[in-house]
Amino acid sequence: MLSGNWRPGGYRTYRDAMYRYDVVDKTLVTERVAQFRDQTRRFLAGELTEEEFRHLRLRNGLYIQRHAPMLRVAIPYGLLSSAQLRALGSIARRYDRGYGHFTTRQNIQYNWPKLEQVPDILAELAEVEMHSIQTSGNCIRNTTSDHLAGVTPDELEDPRPWCELIRQWSTFHPEFTYLPRKFKIAVTGAAQDRAASQVHDVGVHIVRGPSGDLGFEILAGGGLGRTPIIGQVVREFLPREHLLSYLEAILRVYNLEGRRDNIHKARIKILVKSIGIEEFRRRVEAEWLNTRDSGLRVDDAEIARLRGFFVPPAYRRLTDSEPAAGKSTAFRAWYRYNTTAHKVPGYRAVYISLKKPDVAPGDITDTQMELVADLADRFSFGEVRVTHTQNLLFADVEQDKTFELWQTLEKAGLATPNIGTLTDMISCPGLDFCSLANAGSIDVAKLINERFDDYDYLYDLGELEVKMSGCMNACGHHHVGHIGILGVDKSGQEWYQITIGGAAGADASLGEVIGPSVAKTDVPETIARLLDVYVERRRPDERFLDVVRRLGVKPFKEKVYAAPAAA
Amino acid sequence: MPRRLLRDGLIVDDDWSYLAEAEGNPAAPLILTLAEWQSDRDRWLAQDRRLGVVLSPAHRVELLAHDIKRFALIGADFSGPAEGRGYSQARLLREHWKFTGELRARGYVRRDQLFFMARCGFNSFELPDADIEAAHAALATFSWAYQPSNDAGLPLKLRRRWRDTPATA
Repeated sequence: MLSGNWRPGGYRTYRDAMYRYDVVDKTLVTERVAQFRDQTRRFLAGELTEEEFRHLRLRNGLYIQRHAPMLRVAIPYGLLSSAQLRALGSIARRYDRGYGHFTTRQNIQYNWPKLEQVPDILAELAEVEMHSIQTSGNCIRNTTSDHLAGVTPDELEDPRPWCELIRQWSTFHPEFTYLPRKFKIAVTGAAQDRAASQVHDVGVHIVRGPSGDLGFEILAGGGLGRTPIIGQVVREFLPREHLLSYLEAILRVYNLEGRRDNIHKARIKILVKSIGIEEFRRRVEAEWLNTRDSGLRVDDAEIARLRGFFVPPAYRRLTDSEPAAGKSTAFRAWYRYNTTAHKVPGYRAVYISLKKPDVAPGDITDTQMELVADLADRFSFGEVRVTHTQNLLFADVEQDKTFELWQTLEKAGLATPNIGTLTDMISCPGLDFCSLANAGSIDVAKLINERFDDYDYLYDLGELEVKMSGCMNACGHHHVGHIGILGVDKSGQEWYQITIGGAAGADASLGEVIGPSVAKTDVPETIARLLDVYVERRRPDERFLDVVRRLGVKPFKEKVYAAPAAA
Repeated sequence: MPRRLLRDGLIVDDDWSYLAEAEGNPAAPLILTLAEWQSDRDRWLAQDRRLGVVLSPAHRVELLAHDIKRFALIGADFSGPAEGRGYSQARLLREHWKFTGELRARGYVRRDQLFFMARCGFNSFELPDADIEAAHAALATFSWAYQPSNDAGLPLKLRRRWRDTPATA
């Protein structure tokens, strides 16, 4: 049903450049819906205890949250067809309260579904080749990737066929469905790391090997949460045919030796840290020697088959133009911040900002989803991508059509020209929705937006990543924000700890705490003071991050804690 | 009442006894804990009976390496709904140590885990009664699999993407 997409509006998808289910995928997803329907029935009939059902529902993306269940749906490596996005919008309207929330790991979350209706939602998702399999629980999660895969000029090779290979291998893996803790894999193929792969349990980087062949650099042991750690290299170069056997060896070592006695010490990063990367590598390689030539060897035909799903669309032969020339300031700002380079002349990749000042970061309404789906058909070959920074992306827009696209997005509140700036914040849902959170994040985002509403100032500050988590589980990746904000509970009150100097890209680093946490209303003033130091001390072309790295935390700390916040 | 088991897809009465159950029946096939086996090895070997041993989740499979041919049964213990080491133990026993005897899952074993356990190599399961009746359906939860595994406990051959479908399908 994804093909032959004639819409009433008359637009047609002229490519399906994404993975399409065959009989195997279809059968498995349908059988999973039936299995989960039966598990839900047994729970509601009292045949399964809360605890027993918890382990089962979590492996299908279903949390029981503060107000209602929360259902997390996978968007494998961030790729959506317009038909899938329409289905997500329709589900938001009929089963939820008319919106969804995109996460930092290329998932969408529904915050208000009814438990007894979840099997029906899953059945509808299966109709458009989607699922919530392994989007939570102690198993291998959704494989994430670069949202600019296939279109970015700095790419060695398109990572998506490999992502799909990993998606299939990890789905219902019989040995690794009851791991010590969750396990997240990210794959990138470009010089820039747009998937935060260094803070994943395993990061897979496509690299060129000594003989010129493409293969993989494998990192392990990265992660955020209570103990943030940057991943370390397990293998500098892995020949491509061994990708799955090597991942399987890493997972087997982790499954057998990762700690299970303490949830806070159960991630693979703790195992790697405690035995050291050399010993970890030795164990993985020893295991891999036994299995590398097993049935997991990736054959060329299979990877060729998967590559066939990600062929470039039918680009028109165009030359680069300057669509912003002579246009309004508003369009020029949007074009500069919300579009980015494309490897094909005449095309741009276009961000759809989900960071409107009065909307929770990553939230989108049902009608916006449907509008974006229609625009994707008109402007970007019927495809939409979800970014790690909780925005959407049209990967293939003709430069000369960006003005027309902008006009429509602008009317729908989807053209906030702030990509890569302070207000393009990453945030978890926080205390308002999540039962784990210590503090709100949505209202803090709102306070920050109110304080920093001057675009000239935002643009002058340049590239700035603000990331906010409502608790130390770090779903908002605060450790790797240039400015990180962590909600903490201080005798029943919501306070915020501020870190600076973190980064998630190829130069990943962890932020440093500047001092005692601050009250909610003081968060904007604290950020303003940090930025004052930056503006005073920066050299030409230095980003906030660069100044923090050059000067250290001290001058920032002095300024922030010099006198009581004015706010 | 004898313990009921699911073995090779059939519901059967258990013909094996744990040490505490074996009193007065010196010929009955006997399942030992690893500690019982290790502390009195010669005594058990002198007896004319089939022997089995149960591993705890933390036990390394290599502990059995030299003796693996002496056991007609190896068990793995699942301590609760989150325990998952037994899956790797089973695959190592089947695929690396080539164990062909009865591989038994015990402890917290339910219909919801059965399919994965069978794919990893378990072919016998100590299940609660409600789950034993549902076991046949559980072993057929999925009719395809993506990954190769040994599938030793599945009564029917599973279709696998990376072995059974032509790459151009």
